[in-house]
Amino acid sequence: MITHPFSYQAPSTIEEAIATLGRSRDGKVLAGGHSLLPLMKLGLAQPDTLVDIRKIASLRDIRAEADGTIVVGTLATHRSIAEDRTIGAKLAALAEAAAAVGDPQVRSRGTIGGSLAHADPAADEPAPTLAFDAIIRAIGSKGKRDIPAREFFKAPFETALAPGEIAAEIRFPAQPGRTGSAYLKFRHPASRFAVVGVAAVVTAKADGTIERAAIGVTGAAEAPFRATAAERAITGTKGDAKAIAAAAAKAAEGMTTLSDLAASSEYRRHLVSVYAKRALERATQRARG
Amino acid sequence: MTTATTTTYIGTRLQRKEDPRLITGSGLFTDDVTLPGMVYVSLVRSPHAHARIRRIDTSAATKEPGVVAVLTGKDLEATGVLPVFISVPKQSTSKHMPIATDKVRYAGDAVAAVVAETRDAAKRAADAVTVDYEPLPVVVDATKALEPGAPIVNEELGTNLVFTYPVKGGDIDKAFGDAEVKVSLHLVNQRLIANAMEPRSAAAKFEAGELTLWSTTQIPHFVQLIASLNLGLSQNKVRVIAPEVGGGFGSKLQVYAEELLVGHLAKTLGRPVKWTEERREGYLATVHGRDLVGDIEVAAKRDGTILGVRIRTVANMGAYLQAFAPVSATILHAFIIPGPYIIPAFDIEIRGAYTNTTPVDAYRGAGRPEAIYAMERAIDRLADEIGMDPAEVRRKNFIPPDAFPFNTITGITYDSGNYAPALDRALAMADYKGFEKRRAESKGRGNYRGIGISSYVEICGLAPSKANSALGVGWGGYESARIRVHPTGAVQVFTGTSPHGQGHETSWSQIAADALGISPNDIEVRHGDTFESPGMGVGTFGSRSLPVGGIAVHKAAEKIREKVIQIGAHLLEASPDDVVIEGGKVFVKGVPEKAKNFGDVSMAAYVANNLPAGMEPGLEATVYYDPPNFTFPFGTHVAEVEIDGETGAVELVRYSACDDCGRQINPMIVEGQLHGGIAQGIGQALYEGAVYDDNGQLLSGSMMEYHVPTAEDVPAFKLDHTVTLTKTNPLGVKGVGEAGTIGSTPAVVNAVIDALSPLGIKHLDMPLTPEKIWRATLKSKGEGKR
Amino acid sequence: MAQAITVTVNGTKRTKDVEPSQLLVELLRDTLGLTGTHVGCDTSQCGACTVLVDGRATKSCTILAVQTDGAEVVTVEGLAKNGELHPVQRAFASEHALQCGFCTPGLMITAVDFLARNASPSDAEIRHAIEGNLCRCTGYHNIVNAIRSAAAMMTMSAQSKVAAEVKR
Repeated sequence: MITHPFSYQAPSTIEEAIATLGRSRDGKVLAGGHSLLPLMKLGLAQPDTLVDIRKIASLRDIRAEADGTIVVGTLATHRSIAEDRTIGAKLAALAEAAAAVGDPQVRSRGTIGGSLAHADPAADEPAPTLAFDAIIRAIGSKGKRDIPAREFFKAPFETALAPGEIAAEIRFPAQPGRTGSAYLKFRHPASRFAVVGVAAVVTAKADGTIERAAIGVTGAAEAPFRATAAERAITGTKGDAKAIAAAAAKAAEGMTTLSDLAASSEYRRHLVSVYAKRALERATQRARG
Repeated sequence: MTTATTTTYIGTRLQRKEDPRLITGSGLFTDDVTLPGMVYVSLVRSPHAHARIRRIDTSAATKEPGVVAVLTGKDLEATGVLPVFISVPKQSTSKHMPIATDKVRYAGDAVAAVVAETRDAAKRAADAVTVDYEPLPVVVDATKALEPGAPIVNEELGTNLVFTYPVKGGDIDKAFGDAEVKVSLHLVNQRLIANAMEPRSAAAKFEAGELTLWSTTQIPHFVQLIASLNLGLSQNKVRVIAPEVGGGFGSKLQVYAEELLVGHLAKTLGRPVKWTEERREGYLATVHGRDLVGDIEVAAKRDGTILGVRIRTVANMGAYLQAFAPVSATILHAFIIPGPYIIPAFDIEIRGAYTNTTPVDAYRGAGRPEAIYAMERAIDRLADEIGMDPAEVRRKNFIPPDAFPFNTITGITYDSGNYAPALDRALAMADYKGFEKRRAESKGRGNYRGIGISSYVEICGLAPSKANSALGVGWGGYESARIRVHPTGAVQVFTGTSPHGQGHETSWSQIAADALGISPNDIEVRHGDTFESPGMGVGTFGSRSLPVGGIAVHKAAEKIREKVIQIGAHLLEASPDDVVIEGGKVFVKGVPEKAKNFGDVSMAAYVANNLPAGMEPGLEATVYYDPPNFTFPFGTHVAEVEIDGETGAVELVRYSACDDCGRQINPMIVEGQLHGGIAQGIGQALYEGAVYDDNGQLLSGSMMEYHVPTAEDVPAFKLDHTVTLTKTNPLGVKGVGEAGTIGSTPAVVNAVIDALSPLGIKHLDMPLTPEKIWRATLKSKGEGKR
Repeated sequence: MAQAITVTVNGTKRTKDVEPSQLLVELLRDTLGLTGTHVGCDTSQCGACTVLVDGRATKSCTILAVQTDGAEVVTVEGLAKNGELHPVQRAFASEHALQCGFCTPGLMITAVDFLARNASPSDAEIRHAIEGNLCRCTGYHNIVNAIRSAAAMMTMSAQSKVAAEVKR
């Protein structure tokens, strides 16, 4: 039950959507609605206008550009991302994160754009978005703006999007050869959100040594983050079990981990290193083919 | 009277008669009841766990669009207090008003009710009611509530002590004096939230002086009784209907404020009224379950022979005493702790306490899971202490099969039992012998593997009315059934039980079919409507429906059968001793070709111009069956777990159970009851727990926080059974609704502790969450290093 | 302000004025009287309200009615075709996959969507597929059996259709 009244519009162009949003007092973009509507049902969000962007078909696409960039439209559902073959082959961590969101019904409707823009600190897809150094292309009344993932997530439920801007597409740059990735999650047993989720992206040299590694962590802190100390620690190593474990132990370095009913700060910190280890192992294995 | 020995339909996996409507969406649940002119109720509930109500301002709410009425506690004072049906010695009973008048005693206590034209309008207006509260000190923990100086929850009682309940037998001092070994455990049996999938709902209409009340209840007749008494209506003018009810597990075993409220509103407003709980509201305002903290001590010999058991327990009753609340904490708990074992000396004392939390009452198993959990954990602790196989400690202490009827140390009589075969079969299914190999394999993966056993006896078939009376239960434990055979031979069974998933329409028709010699397809079972059923039905809870209500059906069918045979014999000009009913035909044994149809005989009963001399016309029978004893189902469950060595996460890898509920009327339904019960018991062991902060705020206040098990959280179950018929009733049935829950919780906890025992871990309290296990392993590893 | 929407529900086009705040489940239950779809929670966890929206299992408590303008919705009332039960419905009854029946419509709808994509699932896949549907009565054991059995029924019926085509 949603007890507060609001107006609803479903424009067919993004320009119209932006204009409508601009005219509203505190309008919100409605994509799949799986982040926003639960809040509205609890009375925690009471926008005066909902701008439903579902009729803007271009925002639904998943496509590869000539340079290998994979562009995921904001309206792509978790399910369509999880089932997309290109994403499965090139961006396994993204496919796995999308497949780990909520439950099948949530994945049917919920969208990547909605999830990123909502910026729940326990959402899954921010982890691979960070680890793949994706770019969030926002469109507002002043035109397009590209926001690197690392600058996008500011605080719980707070992003770099300006009022009236819509995150139109998420652009995943082409990954070099011998790159593997994985997303693993310790999920909240009731809410299905990530208590800790780790996306690891690893590029190996021909001899198997780790050329580059990126680790995105969600659920653990007030905002998703890159585990840079662990990334540095693994780079240049042979990527063996010992090196991975040593690097993973640094995955939460410098971060203040959350504490709640689901997990204490201390346990979350521990889970970050366990899941970083497991994600690195899997990603490394995949990088080596 | 002869008892039919044919079991043509009893024992078969008959498809459920309930299913066609439920799989097509045409079943009617309470919230589906919508009537012209209906208005909707929303309740204003206290955010404070304990506060005096200074002032309630309803003026803004009254002005909200669509608002019909706003009520506060004073408006409902005339409807009286909510009932408590139990009175154990020296019980302090709270005065529980439908809407709080003077102060609120838990977060969720109702302070006002808003009635409006739509649900949305009612909810909006409820938000506009402002209450001026004076917060008071809060007590959440039951043990603390009994300490001097604790805030008093119900001031008129002058104490938070609800009762002190002792049960003693044998010489406990001697037992502990003679003991070669003593073990003890401090056990927390955490608070649970039932989470029946259907939220509570109540709808009412008042027409021509008659109140019709639809409710999500397990006990429609008690709701009718109290509605009649408290709303000042003659009982024949109160019709309570429990339509489809979406699960109960004890949480709908109440007469709730909202039921009386919608009844009162329908009567005073003259419009149909409906209230349906929102799930988060239900987390606060629907009774919780369990919540006991206690210490168990066992005195034993080195060879594993138990000499005595001593228990001290505190039970959290919440803010008010609910309808049956003392029973779970006392009677159904204390008396069954010995379970399948010979316990020569016994001493238990249970104290109940009021706290500023949601009231606590029965939850699936109601006292018995708590009892068996304590005993089965203690047995494992003993086995560990003396270095003996836990299976063998159990076997050593089992009451032998030739000892029945067996008088337990707590003063009850088990009529029958044979415990070792169930243990043996469960162990075989679980490949208990091959376990150590699997443990070694898990260790190779860096994980901990454990196996756990639980053997139980439960006390079912509630209850002989005399026993009820002796134990302080203020109502008989019988059940009713009426069978009406129409002139055409169409058969209706009206039962006093009130199923909410248990499949009584199917099982009762199987019972009646065998007694009547007809097909279950020709029998309609009706329930949950107080205008149709016999005058009183006690309802569905405590695994009582079959061994009490099913027997009532059986006995009513026997009466009908007897009369059909008398009339049939008269029509066939034969002796009744020679006449049988089979396949819907009434005939002289051996002469089926000269048969009367069942319908011919029923027609004759009503045409009534050719009946045996002195016979009353008609074909209808009503039975109130009062059982002579409880029933005592038993079994053994075995759980096997693998624990992630890094995270502490438990995976339940294998689950085997061998249960004995006596004769199975419909094995398919029996298995379903066990599956569901086992899953709920697993939920308590591993996942579920209501958590309050010190201010009495429920932190696990929605399905976002409270972990109801999903399909991925439970394994497939391997089931087997033995059949030991009870002599207490003619069908030898014992009840099965709670067995799974009782057996599973200790089996799973024992398995986890077994897995962790190489680390020196002796006990952890439920739920056994990954973090709890991780912390324990961390601690023991740390200690190991030192 | 109420606005008109047209939704095809169980094969029939329905045009209704709805408030933007009205949830799909409220449209189905309160406006259209299709009470087979149930509401079991308020936080999008339990799945009792699951319906098909354009063929995909969707929690009807977490979608506005206006969002389904132009969509095709199937509820439990629409699973049977021409008086014949859907294999999933038949399997739920024959495997005793329901007790109180409150969660059943949502579970069956989830299963229908799942089996359309996975014709011969493993038990683990089935359990994963129904992670968004809570059942408190059955312990899921027989629900898993029912979905497996429905899959077999559907495969057999598809095969016999092919065989009939080949014969022709």
